[in-house]
Amino acid sequence: MRIGTLKETYIADAALFDSRTQKVWLALAAGVLLLFPFMATDYWLYLACLVSINVASACGLNILTGYTGLVSLGQAAFMGLGAYTVAILELRVGSPLVLNLLAGGFVAMLGGLVVGIPSLRVKGLYLAIATIAASFIAHFLFANSAFTGGTGGLTLPPAKFLGLVLDTSFRLYWVIVPVTVLMLLGAANLFRTRVGRAFIAIRDRDISAEVLGIALLRYKLLSFGLSSFYAGVAGGLWAYFFRVVTPESFPLSMSIFFLAAIIVGGMGSMLGAILGAVFMTMVPELLKLGVALLPHGAELTVFLSPVRTMVFGLLIIGFLVFEPHGLAEVWRRVRRFFHLWPFRN
Amino acid sequence: MDWAYLFEISLTGIASGGLYALAALAFVMVYKATKVVNIAIGEMLMIGAYLFFTCAVTFALPLWLALPASLLAAGALGALIERTMIRPLLGEPPISVFMVMVGLSSVLVGLVELIWTADQRRLPELVPNTPIMVGEAFLAPKVFYGALTASVLIAVVLLVFRFWRGGVALRATASDPAAAYSMGINVPRVFSLAWVASAMIAAVSGIIVGSIGGISSSMGVFGLSVLVVVIVGGLDSVLGALVGGLMIGLIEALAGAYLGGEYKLLVTFIVLVMVLMIRPYGLFGTHEIERL
Repeated sequence: MRIGTLKETYIADAALFDSRTQKVWLALAAGVLLLFPFMATDYWLYLACLVSINVASACGLNILTGYTGLVSLGQAAFMGLGAYTVAILELRVGSPLVLNLLAGGFVAMLGGLVVGIPSLRVKGLYLAIATIAASFIAHFLFANSAFTGGTGGLTLPPAKFLGLVLDTSFRLYWVIVPVTVLMLLGAANLFRTRVGRAFIAIRDRDISAEVLGIALLRYKLLSFGLSSFYAGVAGGLWAYFFRVVTPESFPLSMSIFFLAAIIVGGMGSMLGAILGAVFMTMVPELLKLGVALLPHGAELTVFLSPVRTMVFGLLIIGFLVFEPHGLAEVWRRVRRFFHLWPFRN
Repeated sequence: MDWAYLFEISLTGIASGGLYALAALAFVMVYKATKVVNIAIGEMLMIGAYLFFTCAVTFALPLWLALPASLLAAGALGALIERTMIRPLLGEPPISVFMVMVGLSSVLVGLVELIWTADQRRLPELVPNTPIMVGEAFLAPKVFYGALTASVLIAVVLLVFRFWRGGVALRATASDPAAAYSMGINVPRVFSLAWVASAMIAAVSGIIVGSIGGISSSMGVFGLSVLVVVIVGGLDSVLGALVGGLMIGLIEALAGAYLGGEYKLLVTFIVLVMVLMIRPYGLFGTHEIERL
């Protein structure tokens, strides 16, 4: 809680950006995002695009799991739906990029609505397992349908936007990052509305929420739909970024990755989804860089893949046992420290 | 319709269903005692199989020594998991514990790849290689002996937990931990006991599964079918684990034979979704009533 931010009207209280400190930080972040592509090497630009796609998808999962309390292990499958939609539209119809991304989002949304139907009957872990089933069924459809090119998948030409061919990370950055920022803003705004508040009420106690007049089925489905829309758009960006979409591109472990990202970042917090996705995407890369710095680094690269798997698991366990509110809470603690300095806590 | 073929397939299916039932038993034991959905059950099978591989092949111990040694090691691992991951999370929301198990499965896979590499290994031959004939139908000897071991072990476990003091304590804890505590049952020790026993049972089924199909770091996929089994049977029902195991084994075998190998997982997961829609608490599970 920040001290000294008195609010005189409800409008001021509900404002998205409330304090000057926050605005300064956001302006700084925007500046960094704008300048970054001109400073960074190709490798870092590639990473930035990947991080940005993951942030968008994690943000979607955060709406569903962090804010509505419905655990889903199907996020990768919804990304796959979006990616396949974009790929098929790009190859067969040739419609413009923005339209493709939206279509990808909507197709994933439809998928999400179907998968969300059991959420009224089952919840918690049962739901998580039902979404695992959904992701396997989706994988089967991708691998065996006539549209999707079977196990070989689909290969896309470079995306075009306003006549420009988006064939480098530098050019794609200017599509991927703005879309992600828009989606983040949308999600942040969502929780100032009735819909978003209803999600939070369902998370905190669904039966009480129903008593308060929140139609559970409608809002749970809405949450599923929104979350998969985010996943679908992120999947579409993914398709433009990697330009190859195969059934193996969206495994169950990818869904686990996103769930891990929002747990490590902090569930039910926008900052958490961002920090978590950035952190979890960067850890394997940092491991790779770290190993390269070690003596005998070249010999040790054999161990990189298993170590990465282990570190991934240990991060999930470690955060849940020692820091259940995630990186967002660490950030808040640091902020409080500086805010109250020189006094303790 | 070729009835002999159908009979043969069903027989294999039921036999491999016995393996599912054994692994599901390991799952249900932990769930009953500690209410933890052990999604890492497949990886615990894998670790058990690899421990046995180490004892029997790397250290070249004789079978009668390798088997107990690997079971002891698996039990110790179970105790370690309980103390370091489950105990600190007592009272946390079930989602957190679920995710810890997801993390655990990742750690176990990484560990196996680090120590034993990702290559597929073969366990030593444990059983004679003469084919088993049931009437006209052929049954692979490994599958037959595996199912036999599984059913004997299931019977032993059921009897032990019916009549042994520790088993009674476990059932008491499962039905009401607070009441069990006030009756003088050392509930934390029961938790440890459940995990140790579960890890050992998982290790046995891992050894059987591994001796049939070889061991590799992707053996954990077996755990997904086990997950379907326990959901279909009801998470907290031993009977459900047995019936569900046989059922899923049979369905998988039939789907594999008549539709093709790639349909196996698809059909099991469709069964799962159907059960979740119609009877979310499983065939024999307890229907929990929610109160505000």
